[in-house]
Amino acid sequence: MRKFIALGLVYAIVQILIMTNLISGYFQATLVTIGINIILAVSLNLITGFTGQFSLGHAGFMSVGAYVCAIVTMRMPTIPGFILGVVLGAVAAAILGFLVGLPTLRLRGDYLAIATLGMSEIIRIIFLNLEITNGAAGLIGIPQFINWTWLFIFTVGIVLLLSNFVKSAHGRACISIREDEIAAESMGVDTIRYKVIAFIIGAACAGIAGAIYASYFYYLEPNLFGFLKSVDVLVIVVLGGLGSLSGSMLAAILLALISTYLQSFPEIRMVLYSLILIVIMIFRPQGLMGSREISLSVFSKLGNNKLWDRFKSQKGGH
Amino acid sequence: MPILSVERVTKAFGGLAAVSNVSLDIMEGELVGLIGPNGAGKTTLFNLLTGIYVPDSGTINLSIDNQRIPLNGLRPHSICQKGLARTFQNIRLFKDLTVLENVLIAMHQNIKYGLLTSFLHLPAYKREEEKLLQDSIELLRIFDLDKKKDELARNLPYGEQRHLEIIRALATNPKLLLLDEPAAGMNPAETANLMDIIGWIREKFNLTILLIEHDMTLVMNICERIYVLDYGMVIASGTPDEVRTNKRVIEAYLGEDINNA
Repeated sequence: MRKFIALGLVYAIVQILIMTNLISGYFQATLVTIGINIILAVSLNLITGFTGQFSLGHAGFMSVGAYVCAIVTMRMPTIPGFILGVVLGAVAAAILGFLVGLPTLRLRGDYLAIATLGMSEIIRIIFLNLEITNGAAGLIGIPQFINWTWLFIFTVGIVLLLSNFVKSAHGRACISIREDEIAAESMGVDTIRYKVIAFIIGAACAGIAGAIYASYFYYLEPNLFGFLKSVDVLVIVVLGGLGSLSGSMLAAILLALISTYLQSFPEIRMVLYSLILIVIMIFRPQGLMGSREISLSVFSKLGNNKLWDRFKSQKGGH
Repeated sequence: MPILSVERVTKAFGGLAAVSNVSLDIMEGELVGLIGPNGAGKTTLFNLLTGIYVPDSGTINLSIDNQRIPLNGLRPHSICQKGLARTFQNIRLFKDLTVLENVLIAMHQNIKYGLLTSFLHLPAYKREEEKLLQDSIELLRIFDLDKKKDELARNLPYGEQRHLEIIRALATNPKLLLLDEPAAGMNPAETANLMDIIGWIREKFNLTILLIEHDMTLVMNICERIYVLDYGMVIASGTPDEVRTNKRVIEAYLGEDINNA
């Protein structure tokens, strides 16, 4: 319950700030980027962090969602059209996730990464050559439907659904694959099935992220979804901590803020950005959160000092 | 009708026949030992039975409730779901998960809720998870591990990791349990305790047990029948007394007597 009150407050405060024009258009775009990156990162985390399947194809899934949503909303520029576009984008990405997943998931580690990378490049080339996507020139003038409310609903919705999932028996099955695939199989977990499920869910969420992108930034071209986009998402996931959804969210927010702040130093922006990444990885090789989660109940526990007592007793105990 | 019947199973790696032409039958409720020198093919046989390896030839059949289930070609998870569970010689716990999570994962096939329920945490989620939790703690009590349910598996002492492996196998609700060197690395007192518990779980869960073990006290004390493997072949089988006095077994373990050669 407390969780929903806190979320409601966050929504209301930002909404009021936007309505009173206290948040600039530039910062609103940053908010959308953060939301998209959170969705991309938590969904890739499900595949890579929880299920342990190294994927470099997230930009591919994202681009499918983006193009499908753009094409639908350009023909039906209404709210129902937008919702249809998001749903179809997610479904198309999920189908792709399934098609890619089935043959490639018998590959492990680096081999899977290369296969998914290849898949995402193939998709990019297809979009470059299709008529309906307007090739390299891209799609311009996509109707804008995404506002703070929609962004909030999609981002929070996906995070809540995924965090429920990883805490369920199905989520545990995914985690067991990461821990020890042979042991998981021997304990009755159908590892291929769960790998495909993780891929489908992750791809569908990436498709939604793409749809949000298309529906906010007016413009799409295939090269937005190259190899580097997949790497960007992977960086967020690793930085936040493999197997920590709150870590992914934290890293997505942090990196967006750092990136925004560094706008003031255009010449050395990427150097500083990379330096920050290196420093974080040296001091927190397990990622900001490791595989732990922040939960809102932590704050209430802090309030009545239970956590502090536990911390003290643990320190004393060791 | 034997609960497990293995007929002329062969598995070769390259030119080396790790298991060749092995046949064995295990009756329901029996406690059978599988012994043999290092490299005799015992663990390979376990891997064949549990579907991790596919036999080159031969058949493996499980019989549950008078139903004959061919295991050839089934993937390990379906073999597990048919009622055949195992532990691993080189402990394969989910080391970075808690003791409780290890058991919960093994209860996977008992979950009765679907994907939608797990996304939305519908009422069935809470009901089922609570039941799984109770069942898991019940199982953990067997080896007094319920107090350590929130510890990471990797932080358990070696002996308790072996115990947890057995509990995890039991959590899959097996009819036939394969134990791969359950007493490895244990001291005599711990081994004695383990023998008691193996006997107890066999009664309590109505199990048939096949175990690989190097500790001869354990094998000779609790097994009703023993199969001896050497160079991938069954060289002897019978009661502990028969096996103990079998000439080929003595040769396999101690080498041939030079004077007779």
